[in-house]
Amino acid sequence: MAKKIGKPKNRGRRRFLIGGALVAGAGLVVGWRYLTPGESGTPEELMNPAANEAALNGWVKIAWDGTVTVAVPRSEMGQGVQTALPMILAEELDADWAKVTFADAEIDTIYTNEVMLPEGFPFGPHDDSFMARQARSMGAWLSTLIGVQATGGSTSVRAAWGPMRQAGAAAKAMLLAAAAERLNVPVGELTARDSVITHAGSGRTLDYGDVAEDAARQSPPESPALKSPSDYRIIGTPRPRLDIPAKVDGSAVFGMDVRLEGMLYAAVKHPPVVGARVERFDPAQVARMPGVHRIMAVPGGVAVIADAPWRAWRALDALDVAWDMSEAAELSDADIFADFETALAEDGFGYQDDGDAAATLETAGEVIEATYRAPFLAHAPMEPINCTALRQDDKLEIWAPTQGPMVSQWVAAGEADLPEEDVTVHVTYLGGGFGRRAEPDFIRQAVKLANAVPGRPVKLIWSREEDIRQDTYRPAGLSHFRAALDADGYPTAWLNKVVGPSVSGQATLRYMSFMSDAGPDRTTVDGAAWLPYAVPNVRVEHVLSRVPMRIGFWRSVGHSHNAFFSESFIDELAHKASKDPYAYRRHLMRDKPRYVAVLDAAANAARWDSPPPQGRARGIALHESFGAIVAQVAEVSIEDGQPRVHRVVCAVDCGTVINPDTLVAQMESGIVYGLSATLWGQINFDKGRVVQSNFPDYEVVRMDTMPEIETVIVASGEAPGGAGEPGTPPIAPAVTNALFRLTGRRVRDLPLSKEDWTGSV
Amino acid sequence: MTTLKINGATKSVDVPADTPLLWVIREHLRMTGTKFGCGKGLCGACTVHIDGVATRSCVTPVEAAEGVEITTIEGLDPNGQHPVQKAWIAEQAPQCGYCQSGQIMTAAAFLAENRNPSEDDIVNAMTGNLCRCMAYTRIKKAVARAAADMA
Repeated sequence: MAKKIGKPKNRGRRRFLIGGALVAGAGLVVGWRYLTPGESGTPEELMNPAANEAALNGWVKIAWDGTVTVAVPRSEMGQGVQTALPMILAEELDADWAKVTFADAEIDTIYTNEVMLPEGFPFGPHDDSFMARQARSMGAWLSTLIGVQATGGSTSVRAAWGPMRQAGAAAKAMLLAAAAERLNVPVGELTARDSVITHAGSGRTLDYGDVAEDAARQSPPESPALKSPSDYRIIGTPRPRLDIPAKVDGSAVFGMDVRLEGMLYAAVKHPPVVGARVERFDPAQVARMPGVHRIMAVPGGVAVIADAPWRAWRALDALDVAWDMSEAAELSDADIFADFETALAEDGFGYQDDGDAAATLETAGEVIEATYRAPFLAHAPMEPINCTALRQDDKLEIWAPTQGPMVSQWVAAGEADLPEEDVTVHVTYLGGGFGRRAEPDFIRQAVKLANAVPGRPVKLIWSREEDIRQDTYRPAGLSHFRAALDADGYPTAWLNKVVGPSVSGQATLRYMSFMSDAGPDRTTVDGAAWLPYAVPNVRVEHVLSRVPMRIGFWRSVGHSHNAFFSESFIDELAHKASKDPYAYRRHLMRDKPRYVAVLDAAANAARWDSPPPQGRARGIALHESFGAIVAQVAEVSIEDGQPRVHRVVCAVDCGTVINPDTLVAQMESGIVYGLSATLWGQINFDKGRVVQSNFPDYEVVRMDTMPEIETVIVASGEAPGGAGEPGTPPIAPAVTNALFRLTGRRVRDLPLSKEDWTGSV
Repeated sequence: MTTLKINGATKSVDVPADTPLLWVIREHLRMTGTKFGCGKGLCGACTVHIDGVATRSCVTPVEAAEGVEITTIEGLDPNGQHPVQKAWIAEQAPQCGYCQSGQIMTAAAFLAENRNPSEDDIVNAMTGNLCRCMAYTRIKKAVARAAADMA
């Protein structure tokens, strides 16, 4: 169940690269490789085959009964990666899907996620310049050097697409070669399908399980041929997810469910004000409470270790902690936005500069201007933050629902003062991630606690209140637009200045305090720059305005607010031009058939040209993120003084689709995650204190506020894009653009619950 | 000592009377299918049946559960084949899966009382159970499918 991340087996050792060249396609770069027998990090070391199994490479082993086990090196947090990744390999292997299962991968550089890191570089996703290509290939190389093993950025399928197809095809070639020897026929006379190898001439057949052992002794091919997509029989077909049965009978093991002999439990209390620190507390005050073992400071707060979770909480509640407020940042929301306003006067870092937007605006007759704002947001995954750690002599083991096992391992090794190879990380199922579980803060705390009680495992559990109040928040942001239109109403200039903190910069400081946080961070303008609209003069820049509160990667990151800003402002321009917002967008993308196809698919499915039901209006938005183009049409009304979203039609082109059933689920998930934020989502600060604390005041969509959702998959056949995040960005502007058409009120700040909508229609 | 009748078995636990039932089930009785989500009875992840009624175990003191029949996700069906569980698989409802034990327990208790629910009935019954993966579309379909299968 748990992924075991242990000693890096082959770092620094020689690796055999089958495809050393980087494969470029559809704006992404995938470096791929897989291990072959005789090299370090052998298939056996990586796949741990049982006596009745043979490992064909570092990605797949086959048992004598034909069971095909595929290594999955990514965290399962609901996105279906434990099914989608095996599907990719099984396709090229021509395996019988009914015999395919998955195993959690070891740590090894062959499993490096080479897509994630380069995505942060300051080049547009479609920038094919020499510089951009060089930077991406450097990023992929650097990823391998570091051994980036992480799940996020909608990269799992994108990063697996190269290596797992190659691994499947290579394994199939080895099986065929072994079968040819067995049957004493030329390999060219054999065909494979559904795990059966057939010699057409003689009618003889062999199952994969029959020849797996011999196949493992075959030399892997230099460059196995990949299938034509027209021959796909697994990729692109809906397959039931392999992890779901364990999720309906209570047997799936999440981090919260880890159970070890002699386990203790810890609860933690953090300072009530951003920037405050623990000054003093008196352990004797609660030391005699039942079951209490230790009261101690941990990074970021104070913790109690007890023999049961509720005993730890009760002792912690009873403990008086004096907080050092000397560095407390007693900021409120208004102060933060005032800082952003001030920063607006500064020159920003330019990410996109086409033509001369400033000069065009200077000479323009009329300039359209607007300023947008977005609040801080919490992730609030269903599973509260937790981690279990065990220190034994010079070894440390941690069990964690984490998106970042590598970073977890670094942080744990540092906190335990151990070399990384003595730290084992077991990745459990994640009860939601959304970016929160990329952070290692809770892992550091658990390690500190485990160090204090050697030989006893400690499970640290945060309360929901700590989760809401100590999150790494989606940062607040401010965005200012200036645009000029030509005589036909289409933009001649688009100048967008985004103000806010840098998530990547702050995270860099958190993980590596010796680094700078001031470098370019593409996520600040993701969703603002490189829009698909044809505008001759465009400048998109970001002004860094730091905040003292912790900020982090929230589902779709920069796209989450920039898409709201830019897709609202384009709607404003359409209105100014007295044009239909769908037709206006379509005109500006008319040379980009992929985008037009997605926009048309959403508009057609939503019956854009027919009047909506009485009292409702429709809004449209299109946004590209993580290699996927998504358009959404939302249908809204006002009910009881508040906006109500009745229906969302979503069209998505994320290139080659692996499991369409999962893609639809991910679109629904992404849309309603974003809709929750649009309707109610806000984390507010009052003199440095987080106002919200639990689900009553951090409300999210429930079944009674759930819209009907229809998802249309637009097949483009391009290389796969992401699926986990691209559904989120367009929903806010689709809803607010609909509200504009319904009420004439332009929403330039979120959430919608801030305003009274009574009588607005 | 508190004596609990849970999933057809009788278990004795030595815990303070006000200990939340959730933690007794998870940590003493070692059945971790019932989840901790909010600790305040707000999200439904901890839902179990007490005498057939869907109940938030995180705000139920263990003393209140003495002598009554408690059913958790592990005891809903001996083989995990309750019609609700089968419908959940058929509709591919779970994503991360963390809330699903609670969703399934709420649905199972509801369908035991209402064999022919309308869509509104389903929404009313299920609205107290949060899902942050927002899998509500499929959860709703799965409840309707289970109702049809049980009819």
